Amino acid sequence: MLQVSGLQVSYGAIAALRGISFTIPEGAIVTLIGGNGAGKTTTLRTISGLLRAKTGKVEFLGEDITALPAHQIVARGLSHVPEGRMVFSNLTVEENLSMGAYLLSDKALIAKNRDYVFSIFPRMKERLKQTAGTLSGGEQQMLAIGRALMGNPKFLMLDEPSLGIAPRLISTIFEKIVEINKNHGITILLVEQNANLALEISQQAYVLETGSIVMSGESKKLRADPQLKATYLGG
Amino acid sequence: MSEFLQQLLNGLSLGAIYALIALGYTMVYGVLRFINFAHSEVFMVGAFIGYYLGKLVPEGTLWGGLLVLAGAMIGCAILGILVERIVYRPLRGGPTINVLITAIGVSLLLQYTGQIVFGAAPRTFPPIFPAANFHLGTLTISSNQLFVIGVAVALMIGLQLIVFKTKIGTAMRAVSLNPKAAQLVGVNNNVVISFTFGLGSALAAAGGILYALNYPSIDPLMGVMPGLKAFVAAILGGIGNIPGAALGGLILGTVETFIGGSQFSTYKDAIAFAILIVILLCKPAGLLGKFTAEKV
Ligand SMILES: Nc1ncnc2c1ncn2[C@@H]1O[C@H](COP(=O)(O)OP(=O)(O)OP(=O)(O)O)[C@@H](O)[C@H]1O
Ligand SMILES: [Mg+2]
Repeated sequence: MLQVSGLQVSYGAIAALRGISFTIPEGAIVTLIGGNGAGKTTTLRTISGLLRAKTGKVEFLGEDITALPAHQIVARGLSHVPEGRMVFSNLTVEENLSMGAYLLSDKALIAKNRDYVFSIFPRMKERLKQTAGTLSGGEQQMLAIGRALMGNPKFLMLDEPSLGIAPRLISTIFEKIVEINKNHGITILLVEQNANLALEISQQAYVLETGSIVMSGESKKLRADPQLKATYLGG
Repeated sequence: MSEFLQQLLNGLSLGAIYALIALGYTMVYGVLRFINFAHSEVFMVGAFIGYYLGKLVPEGTLWGGLLVLAGAMIGCAILGILVERIVYRPLRGGPTINVLITAIGVSLLLQYTGQIVFGAAPRTFPPIFPAANFHLGTLTISSNQLFVIGVAVALMIGLQLIVFKTKIGTAMRAVSLNPKAAQLVGVNNNVVISFTFGLGSALAAAGGILYALNYPSIDPLMGVMPGLKAFVAAILGGIGNIPGAALGGLILGTVETFIGGSQFSTYKDAIAFAILIVILLCKPAGLLGKFTAEKV
């Protein structure tokens, strides 16, 4: 579904990605793990068109999307839930959700997507009139995912959905991610520092270190890998 | 008492004009975080478009006046969109100070182009709307004042509806809160920014016409002082805040009119800035502005 090849990205003189390649098959949950500053966020931002690659290519459903502006990439069904959630803080939950459906005009489809979001995150339905900035961190994460789902994506990229969220809510959100993948057939690329959880729910994993992919394979196998255990899984 | 009411009325109609101009500063600041100093010249161009269109319609008719108003608003919307597209957009992403200096350059360019095209000598703005004076006791209300207040109120309500009830308005607020997140839901930020410039410039044009109705001598430098006052009004209300800009304009116009009618009238222009300084000392974000802390 998504194919990244030889992607190099830099911020001025600092190289953030040194030519990474990976593929994501349709229907899968794939995770990209790595420590602080490894380049995970940079990878997602480049795929979704917020950043430009120096060299390399991003193909989505067989189409080269490397040079497309971000708003045209979303239109193709590739949605990015950014790090730090980035909900529209002064807008209500309802307005945030309707912004998620910005590119849709079919009212029936929008209503269907809304019902779907409410079925996954019932709490959003209770908070419709609340300003997004006043939600808790976990609720903001639900809203950010809900907003992305409103656009009917085929492929969802999540950047550290567990960041700064109470442990109790983290497991809920991870369950929902699996549910979204299973019941709705949305392919998922999950970026995490919480490698344990990410490897648990994904089928395949890539490990990123200072801008290069240093390890990849089935998540099950990586969980047993002694080297990975020592570095990312807390022994 | 009646003198007080008279001054209040005069002040509110001047304030309504400041408010219309201030809205443009504040909306552009909202989406791009910079002050478009050329905005005051859009106001001036609006008055001149009105001047020329005014010659094409019969004087003193309601439909003629409204037609002139609409023409000037459309003309200035196009001007504002072009200035953003040609001058500001290539500088986007660079340091804000570059755009600010460029905006001052555009402002001067429009002033001097105005002097070449329109001539430097003041011209008399035609009475495009029907004129009459109404007397309420000792209070004199001119129909122009009523037009000014009526048109300004109608435009501000219209703006409020656009910003809070339409899709493009919600997108404007989204871009202003987080341009990256807006792109990620599929907003073409360039379209929203163009729309914002068009809307703000149309309001400035309306301000220019209404100003010229009350002070019918127009010249290419006429935008400087009202533009500066409206800028102060936008800061006063809390830059980026739409109701704040309207409130700031009304306060400034009213206070200025009252000072102008007192023994301190020489200082009426300086007073605007004195108010600004005092308010910013007490409320650094302006009357309705707030420094929002992002939740992480
Ligand atoms: N805007 C920027 N300007 C300059 N350097 C940047 C910028 N954003 C990221 N970097 C650098 O690029 C590298 C990769 O950053 P990135 O944000 O992609 O890492 P990450 O894997 O997402 O880290 P984290 O887990 O902490 O979010 C880091 O060295 C970082 O300092
Ligand atoms: Mg990151």
